[in-house]
Amino acid sequence: MYPVRAENIVKYYKKYANKHKFLTLKSAIVNKSLFSDLKSNEIFEALKGVSFKVKDGETLSIIGENGSGKSTLLKILAGISQPSSGNILTNGRISALIELGAGFHPEISGRENIFINGIILGLTKKKIQEKYNDIVHFAELEEFINNPVKTYSSGMYMRLGFSIAINVNPDILLIDEVLSVGDASFVPKCIDKINEFKRKGKTIIFVSHDLSTVERISDEVIWLKDGKIEMQGYPKRVTDAYLEYIGKRDEKKAGKKHKAEEMEAEKNREKRWGTKEIEISKVKMIDKNGNEKYIFEQNEPFTIEFNVNSKIEEKDFVFGIGIFNTEGIQCYGSNTLIEDFKSQSIKGKGKIRINISNINLVNGTYFFDLAVHKRDGYPFDYHHFQYTFKITSIYRDVGIARISHEWEFSKNIKIHKKSLPK
Amino acid sequence: MISKLKDLFKYRQLIVTLVSRELKARYRGTVFGFFWSLINPLLLLAVYSIVFGIILPGSSGRVENKDITGINYSIFLFTGLLPWIWFNSSILESSNVLFIHGNLIKKIKFPIEVLPIMTVLTNMIHFMFGVPILLVFIIFFGKGVVITPWVFFFPVAVFVQFVFTMGLSFLVSALTVHFRDLKDILANLLTLWFFGTPIIYAFMTPAIQNHKAMVLALSLNPMTHIIEAYHYTFFFGSLPHWKKLPVTLIAGLIFFYIGYLIFDKLRDTFVEEV
Repeated sequence: MYPVRAENIVKYYKKYANKHKFLTLKSAIVNKSLFSDLKSNEIFEALKGVSFKVKDGETLSIIGENGSGKSTLLKILAGISQPSSGNILTNGRISALIELGAGFHPEISGRENIFINGIILGLTKKKIQEKYNDIVHFAELEEFINNPVKTYSSGMYMRLGFSIAINVNPDILLIDEVLSVGDASFVPKCIDKINEFKRKGKTIIFVSHDLSTVERISDEVIWLKDGKIEMQGYPKRVTDAYLEYIGKRDEKKAGKKHKAEEMEAEKNREKRWGTKEIEISKVKMIDKNGNEKYIFEQNEPFTIEFNVNSKIEEKDFVFGIGIFNTEGIQCYGSNTLIEDFKSQSIKGKGKIRINISNINLVNGTYFFDLAVHKRDGYPFDYHHFQYTFKITSIYRDVGIARISHEWEFSKNIKIHKKSLPK
Repeated sequence: MISKLKDLFKYRQLIVTLVSRELKARYRGTVFGFFWSLINPLLLLAVYSIVFGIILPGSSGRVENKDITGINYSIFLFTGLLPWIWFNSSILESSNVLFIHGNLIKKIKFPIEVLPIMTVLTNMIHFMFGVPILLVFIIFFGKGVVITPWVFFFPVAVFVQFVFTMGLSFLVSALTVHFRDLKDILANLLTLWFFGTPIIYAFMTPAIQNHKAMVLALSLNPMTHIIEAYHYTFFFGSLPHWKKLPVTLIAGLIFFYIGYLIFDKLRDTFVEEV
């Protein structure tokens, strides 16, 4: 009934004491510590008792941060490493897509590698002969199949690896993050193939950071945290809880990182130029309560505040701001000239605030530029790509800005809005 | 142990495939291609023939009614050198084989013991390719050295050597995972071992037979009896020593058992340590 059953899986890695790394056989013999060195003295628990069952034909996804034990769990399911205690019961042929093309020999041809890799994965020669054309065709490598594998691009390499692994025709498919490295046209093909598996009623266990794919393909999601199951259940519920946790954690980290980034920026002159006759300094972002913050909700009002110091008396000056996303696309740009301010004079110290009532950008990380210059572009101080902030949103809409809109449906269309997760 | 050896039989297709891959891949892209497996022993042969046959001759003289000087010395040398190269390369490569194929160990469910077996078998096939050359040498250049029916006994020596080498190979491949410097120690140890085995000299030379301690020391070395068996079947044209070789086989089996036991014991640590 259950193709995969994990019962209280514990895995600890033995961490050998630091000095062990520098020890050699010679010193082990001299110190008569040969056998005690082979024993570890520190233990790191990667999995602390994980139990779950996967029903026939179900797709289970495992999410979690780096180091939470996902890959360890998958390796144990695949039979690559052994659990320290607990049981894994599997029923059916397993194929694990953990690293594509592991075991390819670079010096020999793609054709020979298909046979060797197939045999390594547990197929017979006859079976590979039958599937050979399918494998080559799916990998789109007809022209190159007789060339040595070392001449392949990484995309070709991956395609061949995926194609062999998928043609093993497993009952249970284990997939680790492998799809994240594929070329753009091949990944949808892989996803199609995985969906085909699903339709055929095969069991899939999927480990990924790509939450949208996870939500799309899985029936159940497990969130692993520090080697334990933090949450398990309906995909959307688990991914939302996970996102919320990640958001909170990032908030703390970003605060620390920001200070370091600022110091870095001081050194980095290429990102800052100008005569500094008028200087911009102490740039910070604050929320409506006056707290310094770097992560804001989509519709949360916030303020960019900075100090200016003019060493000269100047009557021609323009302040500007530009906001960019991580792809370098300018999401917004404006300055005091565009907005019809007429400059009269600036001298000495001052403070400037830009109050943003509703930024309306989609969730993601953004950079902003601040500048002060003359009307003809003569730069006093230009800060380029120096400051970052993050926008979070309950919706995962895409693009640049959230264009405000409403959906309206005629009565005969039955559709309703889900209540938001708490 | 027995059931695990039965498992190995299951992997025979995998082993055959991997060995042929190794053979194909090793010389692909080189100018001489497969001839390298012949060129290497021939070059060694040339060096030792010049040094011990011409520059420093005469330590061997006549042994077992055969003249071991001049061209005969080269043939004698080649007889011992070929199996030694098999042994030497197998052990050296075993110390690296788990690292080279770390991907198979870490990313795929893979019977790891196949890797040392592959190493020893690959080198055995190289050795086998050298045997016809040896026979050609004996037939065309041997002075008073002839092929006798005892030559059909040489597979026995191959079998004993295989068992012994395999045991050591398991041990070495498993231990280098935990002690990386074993690799460097091995290279030196094998050079020492080479001179401690009757390859460039005959075991039966009076110079050795007159020293009781030396005879005892050499007799404790399993490779002595294995190489001697080749000497007898090919060069002296007589029966391998009927007592020494079976005793060596028993020693070889013990090595095999211990080697495999340690390999099996450490198996689960390979995934994490390689």
